[in-house]
Amino acid sequence: MIKFNQVYKRYPGGHEALKSLSFEIAEGEMVYLTGHSGAGKSTLLKLIAAIERPTSGSAIVRGQNIKSLKAGALPFLRRNLGLIFQDHKLLFDRSAFENVLLPLQICGFDHRESAKRVRAALDKVGLLKREKTNPIALSGGEQQRLCIARAIVNRPAILLADEPTGNLDTEYSSEIMRIFKSFHQVGVTLLISTHDESILRQFPARSLALKSGSLVA
Amino acid sequence: MKNIILHHFRVIRYTFLRLLHSPGASLLNLLVIGIALSLPVGGYVLLKNIQGISSQMAGTPQISAFLAANTTPDEITHLSSQLKEHAAIDHIEFVPRDLALKQLQLSTGLSDVTGGLAQNPLPDAFIIYPVAMDVKKLELLRDDLKTWSKFEHVQLDSAWAYKLEALLKFGRLLVLILAAMFSFALVAITFNTIRLQILTQREEIEVSKLIGATNGFIRRPFLYFGLIQGLLGGIASWLIIAFCLRLLNYSLAGLTQLYATNFTLAHLSFGDSLSLLGFSAYLGWLGAWLSVSNHLWQIEPR
Repeated sequence: MIKFNQVYKRYPGGHEALKSLSFEIAEGEMVYLTGHSGAGKSTLLKLIAAIERPTSGSAIVRGQNIKSLKAGALPFLRRNLGLIFQDHKLLFDRSAFENVLLPLQICGFDHRESAKRVRAALDKVGLLKREKTNPIALSGGEQQRLCIARAIVNRPAILLADEPTGNLDTEYSSEIMRIFKSFHQVGVTLLISTHDESILRQFPARSLALKSGSLVA
Repeated sequence: MKNIILHHFRVIRYTFLRLLHSPGASLLNLLVIGIALSLPVGGYVLLKNIQGISSQMAGTPQISAFLAANTTPDEITHLSSQLKEHAAIDHIEFVPRDLALKQLQLSTGLSDVTGGLAQNPLPDAFIIYPVAMDVKKLELLRDDLKTWSKFEHVQLDSAWAYKLEALLKFGRLLVLILAAMFSFALVAITFNTIRLQILTQREEIEVSKLIGATNGFIRRPFLYFGLIQGLLGGIASWLIIAFCLRLLNYSLAGLTQLYATNFTLAHLSFGDSLSLLGFSAYLGWLGAWLSVSNHLWQIEPR
């Protein structure tokens, strides 16, 4: 599903965020990405979502090489990915429902079919009753769950989550992890970046540990 | 297919809602575009009108050749057949001096004056209708006829029309330059409006791109906005010109009454109006396209 081979990412100015990175994630696998902040976790996720391109090496996602992927093909790669951001990236000029609707609008879904899917996604994360609320009125944990609903409404093959439990207390964190676990059970490939040891213990899975841009385990 | 059409309708509806959301700013924008466009378009309308008058008055160009007083009827017949054979002449008309006098009396109401004349002061004349229409060839023909010994005076009647034509040519160039400049202004205005909109919708654009929106999807609402703003601006300029023509015609009415003619300035023809609207819509679209593309290019992954 995801295959990195000798991937380097160097930013203008010379900072090397990722060095000689090689790993593989199979279809349906759930993998943690661990390491201190600044270890390159976010950069790695950005490369998979083609938000940034590798400086050298090959990063292959669903059979497509991110380095040489044409700009026109980018949107269609991303439609197969569910992105969950640390800062949620929710839009505060519209309701929770409309936030989750956006990916379906982008893909040109039928209106009625979209509404059904949005409600199913909101139900999945336990926010069905708050569909009309503006996300600004939601708590941190609810915003995170709304972000998850938006990521899964498209039924993507791969979910990428950047510190999904970053600012949440243990109870909220486990709740979110349980949601992820349920996606894993239906065959979604998951890559979750975290520095939360308790989660790793509670929901064990393979982990890729990054240290200043290189894999350590 | 149905979904695509519905999507476009939704985008258009959204565009109008956005225009109505800040009616003051929208109106000002439309006025700026309207005024910018009405300068070159107004110039074009005036030129068209002047052109209309000149072609009406000049009709087909003709050359009057006045004969010397001592020309005999035999010589006239001879001249007449010579003129008919001339390659540059389409047809001719002979105006005997008596007829010319009668026409003068009838057309100008100077019968009192002419009646008092002891003898007819007018010469016999040929009115010559040339084949060619352009001024160079007409002048050549006139100069040729001048060398004929029996013609005392040869006059190219529509010379003034050609001078006017030259002036109009200058005017057209001026309108063209104005049009180019103000078209650029329209594109710049739209570019800037859209840039401001993009700034307020930065997050939406960023998020949309992250979850798989194509550039086309992101451009679409802005392109519609530019297109519709350009179109409405074009309509505004049409109305501004209509209003100005109304004012001008009102004051012209007093003037033309004095000269006992009936002349009004006409607005753009239907086809020209459509061209104006199409062109202004296109320029708005172009400004929006440049603006969004510029922004999208900046956020493309590297």
